[in-house]
Amino acid sequence: MSDHVNAEQLWSKPPVIENRWLRWGITLVVLVYAFFAIRSFEIDIPRIIIGLDRGYDMLLAFLRPDFVARQTHIVRGVLESVAMTATATLLGGILSIPLSFGAARNLSPLPVYLVCRSILMIVRSLHVVVLAILFVVMVGFGPFAGAVTLGFNSIGFLGKLLAEDIENTNEESMEAVRATGGSWLQVVIYAVWPQVVTRFIGLSIYRLDINFRQSTVIGLVGAGGIGAVLDTAMGRYDYNTAAAILIVIIAIVLAGEYVSSSIRRRLT
Amino acid sequence: MLEISGLVKRYPSGPQALRGVDLTVKTGELVALIGTSGAGKSTLVRCINRLVEPTEGKIRLDGTELTALDHRELRHARRNMGMIFQEYALVDRLSVMENVLSGRLGYVGVWKSAMRRFPPEDVRRALELLERVGLREYVDTRADQLSGGQRQRVGIARALEQQPALLLVDEPTSSLDPKTARQIMRLIVELVKERGLSMLINIHDVNLATMFTERIVGLQDGKIVFEGTPEELNEEALTKIYGEEDWHAESRSAQAETADNGNGEKSDEHVPLNTAEPGR
Repeated sequence: MSDHVNAEQLWSKPPVIENRWLRWGITLVVLVYAFFAIRSFEIDIPRIIIGLDRGYDMLLAFLRPDFVARQTHIVRGVLESVAMTATATLLGGILSIPLSFGAARNLSPLPVYLVCRSILMIVRSLHVVVLAILFVVMVGFGPFAGAVTLGFNSIGFLGKLLAEDIENTNEESMEAVRATGGSWLQVVIYAVWPQVVTRFIGLSIYRLDINFRQSTVIGLVGAGGIGAVLDTAMGRYDYNTAAAILIVIIAIVLAGEYVSSSIRRRLT
Repeated sequence: MLEISGLVKRYPSGPQALRGVDLTVKTGELVALIGTSGAGKSTLVRCINRLVEPTEGKIRLDGTELTALDHRELRHARRNMGMIFQEYALVDRLSVMENVLSGRLGYVGVWKSAMRRFPPEDVRRALELLERVGLREYVDTRADQLSGGQRQRVGIARALEQQPALLLVDEPTSSLDPKTARQIMRLIVELVKERGLSMLINIHDVNLATMFTERIVGLQDGKIVFEGTPEELNEEALTKIYGEEDWHAESRSAQAETADNGNGEKSDEHVPLNTAEPGR
């Protein structure tokens, strides 16, 4: 291997796309499309310069967060978000249980399975912000809309994951309970539920975490909580307060994540 | 008395698992099913309590035609048939006591069983059985904390907690080491004999089969190819069941073991049960 220049190349990595015309063709199409796509944006350079100034102001304001001026609003917002999170997780958890049993192929007959799976799929296909807009229209502005949104979203998440867990339970244990003369419900209570309950608790605690984070986002579209307070502060260009709110959210999310993961680690 | 006639099982995919099996297990009789894996032993045992639905044929237990029962009647009939499984089939996250008491689910209502409110005589019987299998001090231990042999003892206690007339046993020892396997077999056979139960045991270990049972049934490709006493299980019979091999060791030990069983091998078997395998 001393002679680099004339060394005969014995092997080189084969290209992902074998056909050389296709390979270069795809590359060309991507580059041409990217060029025209960027051209279509009508980038306004003077506006960006003004914006940079504003961004700089905002950054400065964030270095001086103001927790005091709108303290009562912040506290109320946080409490609202916590209440939304808690009720949503509780309701979503309870409602997801029957749906997940229905959506487990090893427990339910095909028609029930299809109905439950479809419900879960539809619920999951709607993004939380879309759901929030929908429920704000249906039940009005405020944390109730937020709680309903998060609850709905939790059903999809918990229901699907729990159903998959149920489908992975030990079939022999179920057979054994069935062989004693136990009914369907007793098979569920004695053989299936004990195998999935710790996972369900773990998922619920994880969901509590996610729900709090999402409660801050859906507040921006009118579903109450700390997000609504943040939206107001931004609307008033009150960046010092906004900064304080962001710091509070980050602190709570980090604390929540720490607590939830340490609890989940202990579940066996 | 268990009477099986013309039993056929065809799985939707794959070959015919049982091709017309006729078999009788008299009350108080211990019958071993031997054969290669895939011969249909497990299917046969599972057809009796209809964990597997038979395709054709009749199965009568003490006069009841099991194949004709509807869902509810079947659950009633299953209370009379205890089952012991190869991989123990315990519910890992339940305690030893809960696993044993699950043998009573056919008798206790949904709500009461969910709340673990079993009748006192059920709990008393469960405690006696746990004492008997040497696990009295593990009542509230979670099943997944036990060793393989201990877990199978829980499986035995659960099956007997049902107070069945017939015990169906599916490869009870194949996940266990040879010593534990013998202890477990001895325990099952003792309990069955003292209660006067019938037993149909599916077992691939020929030595254990000849040591502990009175009648051997050889299954090959879904059909019975041998039926006889352990003494009659000679090299010729083994070849019929399993195919050509050197069966010298098996057939000789079959004769030796059965001779052995007569002169008091049982006497020293109560002692090692509790001390045999400590928990992991």
